Amino acid sequence: MEILKLIGVLIVVIGFALKFDTIATVVVAGVVTGLVAGMTPMAILETLGASFITNRTATLFVLTLPCIGICERFGLKEKAIDFIRSIKNATTGRVILIYQAIRTLAAAFSVRLGGHPQFVRPVVVPMAEGAAMAKYGQIDDNVSDTIRGASAAAENYGNFYAQNCFMGASGTLLIVSTLTSQGLDVTALQIAQWSIPIAVISVLVGAWRNLTLDAKLEKMAKGGTKS
Amino acid sequence: MTPAQIVAEVFYSLIGLVFILVGVKALRDPGAQKKETTAAFWFVLAFTFILGNYLPKWITGVCVIALAVLTAINGVRQSANDTPDPKAVRASADKFGYKVFIPALCLALVAVVAATLGGSVPSLSWLTANNAIGVSGVIALLVALILFRAKPAYIVKDGTRLMDNVGPIGILPQLLSALGALFTAAGVGTVIANGVSAIIPEGSKFIACAVYCIAMALFTIIMGNGFAAFSVITVGIGIPFLIAQGANPVVVGALGLTAGYCGTLCTPMAANFNIMPAALLEVKNKYAIIKSQLPVAVIMLVIHILLMYFFAF
Repeated sequence: MEILKLIGVLIVVIGFALKFDTIATVVVAGVVTGLVAGMTPMAILETLGASFITNRTATLFVLTLPCIGICERFGLKEKAIDFIRSIKNATTGRVILIYQAIRTLAAAFSVRLGGHPQFVRPVVVPMAEGAAMAKYGQIDDNVSDTIRGASAAAENYGNFYAQNCFMGASGTLLIVSTLTSQGLDVTALQIAQWSIPIAVISVLVGAWRNLTLDAKLEKMAKGGTKS
Repeated sequence: MTPAQIVAEVFYSLIGLVFILVGVKALRDPGAQKKETTAAFWFVLAFTFILGNYLPKWITGVCVIALAVLTAINGVRQSANDTPDPKAVRASADKFGYKVFIPALCLALVAVVAATLGGSVPSLSWLTANNAIGVSGVIALLVALILFRAKPAYIVKDGTRLMDNVGPIGILPQLLSALGALFTAAGVGTVIANGVSAIIPEGSKFIACAVYCIAMALFTIIMGNGFAAFSVITVGIGIPFLIAQGANPVVVGALGLTAGYCGTLCTPMAANFNIMPAALLEVKNKYAIIKSQLPVAVIMLVIHILLMYFFAF
């Protein structure tokens, strides 16, 4: 029964979808797959242990944490906030786009800006909504939802599409260790370099998205379309 | 062992040391919950990093099972951290200005320079891309200490603080790569590949790129986690249908994971990116973030397929 071997994939899918403990899900999937494939328990432990040791590369990001932690202590995030606050007279879409660009750069250099709770909520949303209010006066819930959704989205674009430009990012290291343990010769430098095009493109797509957002807000403010 | 391997083992031991310090922090914190199981998790993990390579591999296998049991019983908790005082952080930000970004820039740039040197200067061949990351971590840390005139105690305080913030989930990429290796050993990739070969016509590189990228996004939508999708889909589709057909593994790997992130943008399963922030931002419609992201996700996915087709072959 070849198809039975897919039970490990099924366990991963169900375990992640139902939010079971992530680490236990992955280990159970591995062990069950080994058993179904007819490996002895000892062979499973050997394979699991050997591949865990080989793939320690994926955890190299730990070596970057002390430096990043100290930078945070000395005001890294505060200066990023200062920078975006220094932007004057920008439209809503431009505020969000500038934040996306900053977030993209930060992710590429593995700088933690605090994400939704520490940057988007206290800095980006008030600035983006402030710009809309300055232009249209009061804004309704619909407009506010649109602006907040776009602000939160900018955080995700910057974070997701640029993080692998950093050689020590856990995603970069995951790619390297997955491919090398399959016998392919790939380095973190190569993966980081090949992650740059998508990071740049994501900012361009974000630029289109946020500049059309200004037009959309204009329409919504004139009481036109309901979103 | 080659010089490159010796240097790598030194860095793995340093990582092990960080784990030990996180465990010690839990033990010393009078207010910490489940401190014994928390410390056990970090100590066992440290043991595999520092000594695992020199012992029979099944011992590490047993350790991995123990780690899974400890997280499954929810036995690993954060202990108290020395969180910087906001006033002191503000004062320091004013004092150093934009210079605070220098160590972070060093972190990224030194890694690139070191890896490039290691790849081109024969006497520096020990400086592999992986070792370059460790070297950049150490150099950037020294730059930070000198620039800020920071007490060396902060290396431990801030290093363990961030490691504890990341928590056990930090070893997920490593575990998933190990799972991918086990899947291959058990022949899972072959089974998926046989199934998928029905939809990918022989020799159609474009359809293979599209199937791989879309599968990455779909699996991520279902699981809410691009990392997990990557190890399954790359073993099952990426390697047999793209890399084995001559695609550049670097391009396939780099674009494969971010193709998965297009799925992350669409799914409520990735609650910490899409649903929790909606609550945090007090948005009326809890799907407002996903709604905003959908068009971008679709466009980005199409771009991924095209880039992979044009650059991987």
